[in-house]
Amino acid sequence: MKLSVDGLIVYFPYDYIYPEQYAYMCELKKAIDAKGHCLLEMPSGTGKTTTLLSLVVAYMLDRPMDVRKLIYCSRTVPEIEKVMEELKKLLDYYETMDGVYPRLTGLVLSSRKNLCIHPEVSKEKEGKIIDGRCHALTASYVRERYNIDDTVPICQYFEGFALDGKESTLPHGVYSLDDLKQYGRDRNWCPYFMARFSIIHAQIVVYSYHYLLDPKIADVVSKELTKESIVIFDEAHNIDNVCIDSMSVKINRRVIEKSTANLQILEKTVAGIREDDQKKLQQEYQRMVEGLREAAVSRETDVLLSNPVLPDEILQEAVPGNIRNAEHFVSFLKRFVEYLKTRLRVQHVIQESPAGFLKDIQSKVCIERKPLRFCAERLASLLRTLEISDLTDFSPIILITHLATLVSTYTKGFTIIVEPFDDKTPTVSNPILHFSCLDSSIAIKPVFDRFQTVVITSGTLSPLDMYPKILNFHPVIMSSFTMTLARPCLLPMIVSKGNDQVAISSKFESREDNAVIRNYGQLLVEIAANVPDGIVCFFTSYMYLEFVVASWYDQGVIDSLQRYKLLFIETQDSAETSFALMYYIKACESGRGAVLLSVARGKVSEGVDFDHHLGRCVLMFGIPYVYTQSRILKARLDYLRDQFQIRENDFLTFDAMRHAAQCVGRAIRGKTDYGIMVFADKRFSRADKRSKLPKWIQEHLRDSLCNLSTEEAVQIAKRWLRQMAQPFTREDQLGVSLLTLEQLQSLEAKKQQEMNEEEELTLPDNH
Amino acid sequence: MTTSSEDVLLQIPQVRFKKGDGTLFLMDQRLIWMVENKATVAVSHLYADIKSQKISPEGKAKIQLQVVLHNGVSSTFHFTNKMGLQSQLEDRDKVKEMLQTLLPKFKRKVDRELEEKNKLLSSNPALLQLYKDLVMTEVVTSEEFWNQHAVKYTQKQKQQPQEIGVSGAFLADIKPQTDGCNGLKYNITPDIIECIFKTYPAVKKKYLDNVPAKLSESQFWTKFFQSHYFHRDRKYAESKDIFTECGKMDDQEMKRDIQKGVDDPLVNITEFEDKTLDEGYGTSVEKVTINTGTVSQAMIKRFNQHSIMVLKANKNKAGDLNNQNSVDNKSNSKESNGMIGSNKESTIDEPVKKKQRIKEKITYDDLDSNDNNKNKSSVQLNLSKVERYLHGPMPDTISEHINPNEGSSILRQVFQEAKQWNVGQTRHSSHSLLSPAAAVGALGELSPGGALMRGFQEQSLAPGQEEKALKMHEALNRYHTARLKPFEDKLIRELSPLSHHLTKHLNQLLNAAYQKFGNWQKLKNR
Repeated sequence: MKLSVDGLIVYFPYDYIYPEQYAYMCELKKAIDAKGHCLLEMPSGTGKTTTLLSLVVAYMLDRPMDVRKLIYCSRTVPEIEKVMEELKKLLDYYETMDGVYPRLTGLVLSSRKNLCIHPEVSKEKEGKIIDGRCHALTASYVRERYNIDDTVPICQYFEGFALDGKESTLPHGVYSLDDLKQYGRDRNWCPYFMARFSIIHAQIVVYSYHYLLDPKIADVVSKELTKESIVIFDEAHNIDNVCIDSMSVKINRRVIEKSTANLQILEKTVAGIREDDQKKLQQEYQRMVEGLREAAVSRETDVLLSNPVLPDEILQEAVPGNIRNAEHFVSFLKRFVEYLKTRLRVQHVIQESPAGFLKDIQSKVCIERKPLRFCAERLASLLRTLEISDLTDFSPIILITHLATLVSTYTKGFTIIVEPFDDKTPTVSNPILHFSCLDSSIAIKPVFDRFQTVVITSGTLSPLDMYPKILNFHPVIMSSFTMTLARPCLLPMIVSKGNDQVAISSKFESREDNAVIRNYGQLLVEIAANVPDGIVCFFTSYMYLEFVVASWYDQGVIDSLQRYKLLFIETQDSAETSFALMYYIKACESGRGAVLLSVARGKVSEGVDFDHHLGRCVLMFGIPYVYTQSRILKARLDYLRDQFQIRENDFLTFDAMRHAAQCVGRAIRGKTDYGIMVFADKRFSRADKRSKLPKWIQEHLRDSLCNLSTEEAVQIAKRWLRQMAQPFTREDQLGVSLLTLEQLQSLEAKKQQEMNEEEELTLPDNH
Repeated sequence: MTTSSEDVLLQIPQVRFKKGDGTLFLMDQRLIWMVENKATVAVSHLYADIKSQKISPEGKAKIQLQVVLHNGVSSTFHFTNKMGLQSQLEDRDKVKEMLQTLLPKFKRKVDRELEEKNKLLSSNPALLQLYKDLVMTEVVTSEEFWNQHAVKYTQKQKQQPQEIGVSGAFLADIKPQTDGCNGLKYNITPDIIECIFKTYPAVKKKYLDNVPAKLSESQFWTKFFQSHYFHRDRKYAESKDIFTECGKMDDQEMKRDIQKGVDDPLVNITEFEDKTLDEGYGTSVEKVTINTGTVSQAMIKRFNQHSIMVLKANKNKAGDLNNQNSVDNKSNSKESNGMIGSNKESTIDEPVKKKQRIKEKITYDDLDSNDNNKNKSSVQLNLSKVERYLHGPMPDTISEHINPNEGSSILRQVFQEAKQWNVGQTRHSSHSLLSPAAAVGALGELSPGGALMRGFQEQSLAPGQEEKALKMHEALNRYHTARLKPFEDKLIRELSPLSHHLTKHLNQLLNAAYQKFGNWQKLKNR
């Protein structure tokens, strides 16, 4: 349908529209108009992606000067592929409506692992190895060598692309991973480099978070993207953790050992080159003297996305004298690694600030702050000069230089924690130095600064006011939408006690209580006996899952469970879990029904959808609090309290509830779907927990559903399931939760009229 | 009473039938038994009537032979040779062998067909009714009936019966009982054994290898109950019994399967991350190197394994046919196309499937307009017994709690409504109501007409089969005159006001059919 959103004609590739989709478009348009950032929460499974794409594409076509580019970031590869399919559908719809294909190019960028078509390299399973082997075939000096010597292996696809790919641009259309590969195969071009090259011209780019948030990658890939872009972070409920992870480093003994080995190799290579090819090193030295001026110039002219790892200060200065020389730099690094080694030799936990660390390093090994800052750049330059092809071998020393640069650049928002052993195994010495980012706004700041509109959206962003605080930005629009429903297709329930009236809770004191575990088991068995098809359960941690399964086996719960459904359990091995999942789906599809035991915060809870019969019921056993004894977490909580005035408990509850909502939201997709959500913990019924659930769940969680026993919950579920099993037609939905174009227009007209009336009423006051 | 023309092929004395001693004779046409010292034939079965013979199992005290007739009657003969068990056996075997050679000669094929039809009719009441209405009233011939109206049913017969799956809890259902002297007793039935074999092929293999050569059957199962299969919390690596190897085999099989990978991109978690953080970055506690050491981890793995194997157990039969075909196709083309071809094929095949899967996920049925939805073929529920599905066992009767006050008020309301209803009803002429019996009767009368009509329609769709069309036309005519007309007359006589309304639709359809037939004939004559 063609609809008008505040004067903008939007093509929506369906004949009907949900009311909340329309509302979403309105809010999004306001944000784009205002050239500001926004935060939007819309229930999972109400077609967020297609709504977003429809509006932004319409906007881009209508005002190409205001919005030049759409950068769509999602989290997992399947999500990205889904976005591509939605985009394809949308643009095809444009073609059928207008007769011409819109002049847009959309493409996906992914790692080499997903895009490589080299017959041998692509066979490798691990992404890192593929990257390394690709580099060995495509680095500039490798290709130079090939010009002299034919036997040096190179990649024909890269050569093909380098030869004639750079002049041409991709024809308009949408290119998914497979399309890119096919396109590359047809022309003998490397799809990966083609995609990397094309994202500068393409109007729509879809890729993973890391390409924008991880400074190491963003610097290579995304720095030239235009400022007039709309950046969308979909499934962004976890975005702060991605930011933090991308800026944190941890060093253990193995890294130290390996980097020492790396340094030895470097030393040898430098000495070798010094004898053979003195000139090369001389050239490099010259470059160092001139400094990183180029980068400084381009940043000033606002061409680049700034890199938080490469702070502004170092661009203005030349590389300090004491590390310009290759040999000097290597010995400098040696000293630094030695120092780190001594720091790992501790008996008790040490926590200090980066400033303290710098002071200590100055007094102990006489390393100053300034050269440390240049470490990462200096090493990159050296590796280039030395023509080292396989960078994967050098990842430990690269890691160490990153640490050096980060620790000397940021004095705020980071902490250093040295733990001599793992808390679970206090007898085994395993020292780790954590250099941990506490402030999620550091990594995302360049994105907010650079791009005109950043949209942060997900099915679960409640409470909304938390995100602007922890990401430190000022959204112009902040909205949470609920689901309009013609029938109550979700049934959230809080089960707080078992049939024997024992309160059930996963809180630390009672989680290993046999009565609690037995009641959890009974709840699951009862549910399994009454709910058809698939049931998914989430536990608070893997350890707890293991413990409960073992107890259930002893109590005979597993046996009675197997009478109703087949049992599958998530394991820590992701290949094994994928396999179990595949059979879980088969079991559901064959009509046998199955139970999946899984872990909140695990991969299943984050990336797999259990729509329709795959998840008729989701059980959340306990509140998925993060492991609170972790020192890194404690440091972060302190920081949040001091800097953003967020209370510890608020943050912990917020974090737990977003994960709970995330788990539970996996079961609903669309309004024809239906599912039960059971929160099995007494604490869920407290106001501070309940109020942190997304609005669209909260509004169905009536007071009468908040303090149920197992028996009561099963009775309610039974009645509800019978209601849901009745035929559900479009006519039931129309006008309530589904609108035709006419209905939408009449609704809009009515609203307009009301607004006008209100204005008329208020006017006399002004006079 | 023996006719002199018969030859006696075999004569066995000392055979007991229904507690009477006598002699068993095998003639060239029939089997007879005569009471001792009398010339009368007490039992006489024509070979043609005999469906099968059964013998008593080895080791039983009584040596018996039973013949079962086509009509279900059976006669049992007990061999009581005074020379002892050995000669009794010999006697019996002689008869058995003789019968074995004789019976096939007399097997009549027609019989079997009849029997099948009989069975079909008796198991499908609806079909039986139709048969009574159409064939017995001679509206259509029996042959026509079987060819046209019963095809659906006969085809269903030919379909493979649905495989009964393995219960997920078959091991849990074996409950140990104490035998009173510090031991446990497990009861195991052939069903359970079959389940175990189906689910764990490795155990079956072990069974075939070891029983009865090395272990007795009961020893084997005792060992089984002691093994990790039954005690999931035991680690097989530690124990040293014959099932240790089975555990390893199962593990290897699973490992192989896992390595094959998961073809559904939406489920394959290993491929989810687009760019994993390098080792050393990030705050998350480093993944504990997976040690399947702990008992509970091994147990979890075993639960997964169990569920997967249970699923595999019944897929092996049904799904394999399809799978094998496709696999065969693939491997064939791979071989013929060589290395490059196969590579291409798999890579082309994969995206299509993947795309399909993703498309499935992104489309919203309720947002699309109807015509798009209709393209989707819905899965047909294949039920062997429809009745059982419709009114299956309902174990828990729902007790909706109504408090006494509400109950009485509802009761009052119902009474009131009932009264009102009666009052309202009297206003209408009660003539327009049918008695229930008449209504059922009318339905019965009319339904065969519908069936006929359907046949006719189907027939008329297929041109060129003139003869059949003609036949159908005749049958319809016959039905019209033989059944419908009298019925209508009866209606007019008995329930005047309804009469034509009731048969109107059928008459319309009949007329339409006649017209169609007429048109068709006209066309043909031109």
